[in-house]
Amino acid sequence: MRHTLSVLVENKPGVLARVAGLFKRRGFNIESLAVSITQDPSTSRMTIVVDGEEQMIEQIEKQLNKLIDVIKVIDYTFSPTLERELALVKVEATPQTRREILDLTHIFRATVVDVAENSLIIEITGDVEKIDAFISLVTPYGIKEIVRTGKIVMARGLQSL
Amino acid sequence: MRMIAAKAIVECLKREGVEVIFGYPGGAVLPLYDALYDEKDIKHILVRHEQGAAHAADGYARATGKVGVCIATSGPGATNLVTGITTAYMDSSPIVAITGQVRRDILGKDSFQEADISGITMPITKHNYLVKDPDMLPYIVKEAFYIAKTGRPGPVLIDLPVDVQSTEIDYQPIEKISIRSYRPVYEGNMKQVLKAVEAIKNAEKPVILVGGGCIISGASEEVVALAEKCQIPVVHSLMGKGTIPEEHPLSLGLLGMHGTVAANLAVSECDLLIAVGARFSDRSTGKVSTFARMAHVIHIDIDPAEIGKNVRAHIPIVGDAKRVLRQILENVEPKKHPLWLERVQEWKERHPLRYKEEGEIIKPQKVVETIWRLTNGEAIIVTEVGQNQMWAAQFYKTKYPRQFITSGGLGTMGFGLPASIGVQIGRPDAIVFDIAGDGSIQMNIQELATAVQQRLPIKIAILNNGFLGMVRQWQELFWQRRYSNVQITAPDFVKLADAYGCVGIRVEKSSEIENAIKKSLEVKDRPCIIDFRIAPEEKVLPMVPAGGSIDNMLVD
Repeated sequence: MRHTLSVLVENKPGVLARVAGLFKRRGFNIESLAVSITQDPSTSRMTIVVDGEEQMIEQIEKQLNKLIDVIKVIDYTFSPTLERELALVKVEATPQTRREILDLTHIFRATVVDVAENSLIIEITGDVEKIDAFISLVTPYGIKEIVRTGKIVMARGLQSL
Repeated sequence: MRMIAAKAIVECLKREGVEVIFGYPGGAVLPLYDALYDEKDIKHILVRHEQGAAHAADGYARATGKVGVCIATSGPGATNLVTGITTAYMDSSPIVAITGQVRRDILGKDSFQEADISGITMPITKHNYLVKDPDMLPYIVKEAFYIAKTGRPGPVLIDLPVDVQSTEIDYQPIEKISIRSYRPVYEGNMKQVLKAVEAIKNAEKPVILVGGGCIISGASEEVVALAEKCQIPVVHSLMGKGTIPEEHPLSLGLLGMHGTVAANLAVSECDLLIAVGARFSDRSTGKVSTFARMAHVIHIDIDPAEIGKNVRAHIPIVGDAKRVLRQILENVEPKKHPLWLERVQEWKERHPLRYKEEGEIIKPQKVVETIWRLTNGEAIIVTEVGQNQMWAAQFYKTKYPRQFITSGGLGTMGFGLPASIGVQIGRPDAIVFDIAGDGSIQMNIQELATAVQQRLPIKIAILNNGFLGMVRQWQELFWQRRYSNVQITAPDFVKLADAYGCVGIRVEKSSEIENAIKKSLEVKDRPCIIDFRIAPEEKVLPMVPAGGSIDNMLVD
């Protein structure tokens, strides 16, 4: 099944390459990856979504922990978390279809961030399912381009990584 | 104290207790070599190829338990280390490799002799550094040695741009370091230890499997104590050879592909397998689904990632082999398993390792056996890779840890000769034998010059069959004798020995084996090559075909 790992790492050059290289050489496939700096500038946080059986996920966690620059690994798959992803979707929009696309955008509480003669760029935030649903609904209008950030998660309540 | 960074590195190395460095100079390490020029406390061994430097540092580390150090220049110098670093990584050997790098301002511009060695070695080092801030050097050197030798040891590489080496820095010795993301666990969890004790109490057919971790942690005494106290037979992986004296009544010998019948059957039938510092490599387990299928598995290892990786552990214990075994010993009651030991003994007696003598034809097993007898089982045996390695493992019965030095995980041909150099430098009083094949020895033959320059009395026993023997054996058994590219020619090794300044002896008759070895033992000031012309198509047996169950062995 699909697991979401939060990985706290040293904010040093090459750490992303170490993590990505580890996934590659052990034959693990990354489904999505989001990285950025944390409240402590010496650390970065990666959110990695990976699909695999329990034993494989356990190996991934252990191998990640062996990297000297990895400080902590938490599998958030089974804990109460908030998860979000952001996507920018460029949709073809003619005067005839523009209204319908705007309606969908409002229903999903997404925002139009760019309007051109024949297209709209819509910014949408939410969990992965919501974004998937929105994309499938606007697909018939003609999608020119999609960029997704990859999922980020945070545990609910006071608990922190 | 203000000093040039290169000088500070040398000071740091001295503080780490480094007495010898194996290396090869070049443009990008000139400042470092200049700092070594005046150095009295560190001996530098000039190799003939950087791969030799890495293997020599590795051999030194394996023989002494200290960290081995090698130096190479940027680009090709650094990439030549790669096989040696990988060899050390696979066998958890602590080495620190220092490489030169191009100046920081031309880094990343495909400059002359530039190679991204920190990128290249990411998957084959425990950790590595590209040093851009000269002031960080003392910390980095300290950290590198700490990481290399603690926890599960392994190679660490420090890549040093040449301008970093010649920068003046304010050098302050680093006393202690702490790495927040690296805290190896040494003590076993007591709850798990007690579970193991209970399992040992209830077992009727237990076996101990010792791996390289027992050698690294110095757990021999504890392994023997546990085996004796609870009357448990012991098998070893190739890397665990030497943990228990092989003539000990409870030792069953090598496990796995070319293991003994007794070891393989005992593991296949046991109801409790106590694996200590072993990683269940495919060469040990054969087909995993049928491996130790009746057994509860206690797996003791300092690397949590090894537990459950290849074989499921019912009782995992993360910790240092020696300490965890002590914890077990403090809590376990003596036990006896007379029926089990009787059964195991019967296998041992009925299926000893053997070979057929055929008149004056030289049998490689006899060569190894004779070396064993004439060195009283006390020599340090280094091997190349292939048939020579397996015959050495089968027929040289070791007494001590760190006595058998071989590339187990990576299986690196060409390891033996340069590793022997490191071994002999680290253990100057020991008799060092490199058991070689005519294929392997040609892979790093250039290091003969290093050994001669250093006057090292290494003995090189070439089991010369004119074949890449192990590949030939596989082609014979599994590829219908289609001997594709395994006939290999070699130079006249006696003339070669002479050209390099070694002693060379050729042996063509079985009756000459003993005298030749005796003669080689008298050579004290230079290497001695013995070219044994062995039976060309002799096989290593028993053998478990790759991917087969270990209880299903080809014996004849």
